[in-house]
Amino acid sequence: MIELVNVRKVFNAGQPNEFVAIDGVSLVIDAERTTVFRGPSGSGKTTLLSLIGCMARPTSGRIRLYDREITSLPERFLTGIRQKTFGFIFQQCNLIKGITALENVMLPAYPSGEKHASLKNRAMDLLDTFKILRKAQSKVEWLSGGEAQRVAIARALINNPSMIIADEPTANLDTKLSREFMEIMGRLKSERKTILFASHDPIVYESDLADLVVDLRDGRVEGSVP
Amino acid sequence: MEKWIERQKHIIDFTLSSLLRRKGRNAALILVYTLVVFMLASVVFFVQAIKREASVILKDSPDMIIQRMSAGRHELIPVSYLDQILSIRGVSAVRTRLWGYYYDPVVGANYTLMVAEDSGPAAGSIIIGQGVSRTRLAQEGDTLEFRSHDGAIIDLGVKSTISRESELVSSDLILVSEQDFRRIFGTPAGFATDLAVRVKNPRELSTVALKISERFPDTRQILRDEILRTYDAVFSWRGGMMLVILCGSLLAFIILAWDKASGLSSEERREIGILKAIGWETSDVLLMKFWEGIAISLSSLLAGVILAYAHVFFTSAALFEAALKGWSVLYPTFRVTPFIDLSQLVILFFLAVVPYTVATIIPSWRAATVDPDSVMR
Amino acid sequence: MRKSSLFLLFLAAGIIFLVLMFVHASVQMKAGAASLQAKADLVGKLGLTDLCLFTEASYTRHLSQADLHTPFQNGPMSLEHFPSGSLVMPPAVIRKVNGKVD
Repeated sequence: MIELVNVRKVFNAGQPNEFVAIDGVSLVIDAERTTVFRGPSGSGKTTLLSLIGCMARPTSGRIRLYDREITSLPERFLTGIRQKTFGFIFQQCNLIKGITALENVMLPAYPSGEKHASLKNRAMDLLDTFKILRKAQSKVEWLSGGEAQRVAIARALINNPSMIIADEPTANLDTKLSREFMEIMGRLKSERKTILFASHDPIVYESDLADLVVDLRDGRVEGSVP
Repeated sequence: MEKWIERQKHIIDFTLSSLLRRKGRNAALILVYTLVVFMLASVVFFVQAIKREASVILKDSPDMIIQRMSAGRHELIPVSYLDQILSIRGVSAVRTRLWGYYYDPVVGANYTLMVAEDSGPAAGSIIIGQGVSRTRLAQEGDTLEFRSHDGAIIDLGVKSTISRESELVSSDLILVSEQDFRRIFGTPAGFATDLAVRVKNPRELSTVALKISERFPDTRQILRDEILRTYDAVFSWRGGMMLVILCGSLLAFIILAWDKASGLSSEERREIGILKAIGWETSDVLLMKFWEGIAISLSSLLAGVILAYAHVFFTSAALFEAALKGWSVLYPTFRVTPFIDLSQLVILFFLAVVPYTVATIIPSWRAATVDPDSVMR
Repeated sequence: MRKSSLFLLFLAAGIIFLVLMFVHASVQMKAGAASLQAKADLVGKLGLTDLCLFTEASYTRHLSQADLHTPFQNGPMSLEHFPSGSLVMPPAVIRKVNGKVD
């Protein structure tokens, strides 16, 4: 589980365009639970997710992951934790253009030196799970929005992480695809994965999956709904 | 170890996929790169091979040539000098050399007419080099006409041709008897073109040369060492055409590397951010950039060098013929013995591969070290 | 086949070719020893001093024997006008600063 203690994140500190993204957030996120961060744009949802996901360091405060302090770890260890523990799904898919869907899915595991055959099989299995195996050799520009989203989810799962972080995952999807997405998330939850969402989409925060909804505004927690 | 290899292979997979995204552009890049390496390597191989061949072949050149000078010009030398030089301590042998240039108006070629001391042809016949044979289409048994200094026409029969093997030194030679030589050029008896001297002790060469120049102030001495140094400096990098090729190649390498060194596009920056976000470390990103540089430059180096070797040693540098031939009508076939040195390859490697690869890696350093959360925005 | 395998194969082939080049050169050097010797013998027998590279003019044909004035016979303002002049420098003998020219 994840614990945040008085976390602050300030961008461009000391300069005229200084901006406080997260202003003293303390919370506890339980493992195997689904948490949704809700709030208007600019409220700091994305920043919070990136801090939890070891993508950035807080300006002050502490973050603990499974009772291990990660705020002061050197970059190398941070990257290792990020790779093994978290799977990211971004708002804009962020797939690498010009290469195939299969390669995109395998990409996060390339540096680990895992044997090619087993990696490829695992990737194909994932694509099959999300019913896009037939698109494995297609370049990502040729995929529809929904297919690309599913490739992004497969990519997030290639290293078998215990936590999924999704930032506005349904922002570019229609209702039908959004519901399909939440279905997939439900399946992952039943596989005992911890899921963190940032979203202002009701389909996400009003779904049955959400164990905890945290309201953010101006970088502070306003309230939470169990 | 296996993991390390697999990691490299995976990253190479991605690098190649990435390069293949712009097939046309990268193919053109490799083509141009290979061409530049090819030209530079051809020149390096050719020049080194000729220099080496020269140093080996000219080893048995006379220890010293004595030319008589008059008003700064090379003049005929009296044969009477010979005995006097022979008497100088340290000299073991002296002989006259009779040679000169003959211009053939039929084809516009210059030949070197020479008298061979022993084994030369008898009066009335000549032995011709391969280049002469080719230019005049003359074989054993044919006759060649020579116009003498006083306008008379002299017919000389071709007794044989000099072997193809020695073309590099004999291509334009016509060996004649002394009698015919003097008839054609009108060189009076008692005079020779120059004298060839052999000394007992090679280390005494300069001392002997000094003595000769004191005894005969109207001569100059050309030592074998100077002959060899002349050929060491042939095709020198400071000479016109070589300098142009060198500068051109360097400029080409700089321009090719500049395109990379001038920084990443925003698209490339974004992609690096994505890679970091999905779990790649800074070292992984830099490794990818390294392989990107290597893929282009090493491939071009290998292809260029191999093609250059084939060009120089299997086609006798056919592409250089136009430049080397100049205004010569008679042109030897440059069948040089293949000679290749590790230092040549190392230099080519440092010119072709290192700058380009470094130029690919360095600009990515900054992008590779940023916090990946920038890609979340 | 994997792209990286193809690429590494290509590199390996290239390096093998390079090695073959070295082998070829050293084999040719031994095989060519006879031919080199033939040339050297001819040089010794006839007392030759130059390679037959450029037969354009007298001073381009016998590089080591050229005196300073022959090029100027073609014209007192004789700028280098033979193409081979851009490939070879004047002989070491007369390039020495304050060297003996005659």
